[in-house]
Amino acid sequence: MPDVEALAPALVAVPLAAAALLLVLGRAADRWGHWLAVLASWAAFVVGAVLALDLLGRPAEERVVDVTVGRWFDAGSLAVDAGIRLDPLSITFVLLVTFVGSLIHVYSVAYMAHDRDRRRFFAYLNLFVAAMLLLVLADSYLLLFVGWEGVGLASYLLIGFWNHRTPYAVAGKKAFVANRVGDIGLLVAMGLLLAHVGALDFASVDAAARSGALSEGTLTAVGLMLLLAACGKSAQFPLQSWLGDAMAGPTPVSALIHAATMVTAGVYLVVRSASVFDGAPTAQLVVVVVGAITLVFGAVVGCAKDDLKKALAASTMSQIGYMMLAAGLGPVGYAYAIFHLVTHGFFKAGMFLGAGSVMHAMDDEVDMRRFGGLARLLPVTAVTFGLGWLAILGVPPFAGFFSKDGIIEAAFVPVEGAPWRAWVFGLVALLGAGVTAFYMSRLFFMTFAGRRRWSDGHDEGRGTAPAPAGAHPVGTPAPVHHPHEAPLLMVVPMVVLAIGSAVLGLVLATRGFTTWLEPVTGHAEHEEPVLPVPVIIAATLVVVAAGLALAALRYARDEVPVVPPVGTALTRAARVDLYQDAVNDAALVEPGTHLTRTLVFADRAAVDGAAVGVGALTVRAGTAARRAQTGLVRSYAATTLLGVVVLGGVVLALGS
Amino acid sequence: MNPTNYLVLASVLFTLGAMTVLLRRNAVIAFMGVELMLNASNLALVHLSRHHGDLQGQVLAFFVMVVAAAEVVVGLAIIVAIFKTRRSASVDDADLLKG
Repeated sequence: MPDVEALAPALVAVPLAAAALLLVLGRAADRWGHWLAVLASWAAFVVGAVLALDLLGRPAEERVVDVTVGRWFDAGSLAVDAGIRLDPLSITFVLLVTFVGSLIHVYSVAYMAHDRDRRRFFAYLNLFVAAMLLLVLADSYLLLFVGWEGVGLASYLLIGFWNHRTPYAVAGKKAFVANRVGDIGLLVAMGLLLAHVGALDFASVDAAARSGALSEGTLTAVGLMLLLAACGKSAQFPLQSWLGDAMAGPTPVSALIHAATMVTAGVYLVVRSASVFDGAPTAQLVVVVVGAITLVFGAVVGCAKDDLKKALAASTMSQIGYMMLAAGLGPVGYAYAIFHLVTHGFFKAGMFLGAGSVMHAMDDEVDMRRFGGLARLLPVTAVTFGLGWLAILGVPPFAGFFSKDGIIEAAFVPVEGAPWRAWVFGLVALLGAGVTAFYMSRLFFMTFAGRRRWSDGHDEGRGTAPAPAGAHPVGTPAPVHHPHEAPLLMVVPMVVLAIGSAVLGLVLATRGFTTWLEPVTGHAEHEEPVLPVPVIIAATLVVVAAGLALAALRYARDEVPVVPPVGTALTRAARVDLYQDAVNDAALVEPGTHLTRTLVFADRAAVDGAAVGVGALTVRAGTAARRAQTGLVRSYAATTLLGVVVLGGVVLALGS
Repeated sequence: MNPTNYLVLASVLFTLGAMTVLLRRNAVIAFMGVELMLNASNLALVHLSRHHGDLQGQVLAFFVMVVAAAEVVVGLAIIVAIFKTRRSASVDDADLLKG
């Protein structure tokens, strides 16, 4: 095919142009703006699909194509080209972002139908798609950074989309600040690479890292800084606290940005920097540890949240922890990290859209304790959500089974010189699967199964609505809702994503997805885990079944109290994100506030004092000198005369 | 005649002129004081020129006269202008430069 790669810049340009157009035209585009955005997103998907087919048509060793767009800037001896790298990794991301993104665009047309700022919302969505595509297509860290900041900006704008409500605006700011902390890591990493390699494009960095031109210490430093960046963007420990609050944004945003795509950028960065991490075992170990901590952290928080979206956010955090863990394992894990990322993109986006559909039906109620029994009223939502639920649980043959099981197996692969790692990380990943099964089943059962814990206003006397005595405290009657299935524009994307959740894992696993990524991730020799593979699979399934059964007993069979029980100390801690915000406040915000106050005081006292003091002194000196100016000619004359006499005296005294 | 007498006379005239400038409020009178001071210094210049036997002092005296003539023109014009606006020739009334 003649030069299909020349189309690559259009991937970024089309959504960016659409976003600019929508923002510039303002209210003039209100009537049709959302359709333009949908069109731009689908156009990007078509271009991405054409490029993907082109890559598939090549032999495996020619599947890395660099397209130089032009000289970006010269700065002394540093010349930076803007270029696009098409390879299996970037094209996988392109397809994921544009396909899931386009579906969510379609969904949003209906979901945001009653919002007067729908056009602005779509402009931001397109801006996000453009920035994300730039991030994954860039052929250098510097251009990647532009996309990196772009998605951060789009995320900020969309979390705070309903910024007339102060907590939402604050949530956007929190996400932005947490991301900034991570960005420092990326900047420092780029500085280190510039100092030691002299270039920032992936080709040069890969060559330098693989040839051994960089010391292990340098690679470790770069790796750790890249990890910091990844932690910020992917909501990994210790920078994870923003993700829960990010649910303030409209639900399609949570689905697209804070579940399927942007938060996976950190995993992308680690996999993209495979050459750096492969040469820095310490940095890899830290990546694995961060992934394992976040995995457990998110799972524990997910068990306690009653807010539907926040529980899903905790689950996202935990699943990205899986991906990070896999990415830190090196070549055995890279492919599974990306594999899980893709399947997770589908099933988590599907579940978030399902959550949006539930909220749509229940007048924006998000408290799962006020749901229950929705499966009969929202059958399509329940089925599509259910498929996503089975996928995230890792029930065969749904998508999560293939990807998550791959990660668990990879975690059990022994590392030379550190036999404990295979056991520790393998067991963490295994137990994490069980906890995941518990909290996702809890979420599913509380929402769709059991008895209604709300009222549609007609059912007094039928005995279904009023919850058992004691469930409602006095004065809080069951909320009145009239649930209804969502319009077609919302249902279709949910169905498509649910089909993806169901079959994508099987399709990709049998079509050799992991070998498809080899041009980027490198070939991994198959290594035997410390336990036989069938044993691991069986153990995973047993743990998942146990989690599922426990949740079924507690939340489907037993009555769910409408008022949260006091719970154990762990539950109470998990409800407040394991005191993450409190720790951040105590460790960073409070000292920061004190430092600021001290600095402000010092500024007022010393700096301002000096400046104001000089001014006051001048004024006082002026006032004193002013007295001499009487305005009387004769006094001036007398002064002159006095001066002459004094001068004459001096001349006489000196001249003698 | 004792040459010192010329200098004494010049000093007396100069002092009279200076006192006039400092003590009299009428602008015209003060102006006359200035003229008196100029002419006192002219007297001293001419005398010392003759005493030393060269012409420098006399040439300087001519310059002083020319400058004094110009000064009279400008000064009287200013006094007339002030008198027209303020109906007063007192130098103490024109104190707009008071700080």
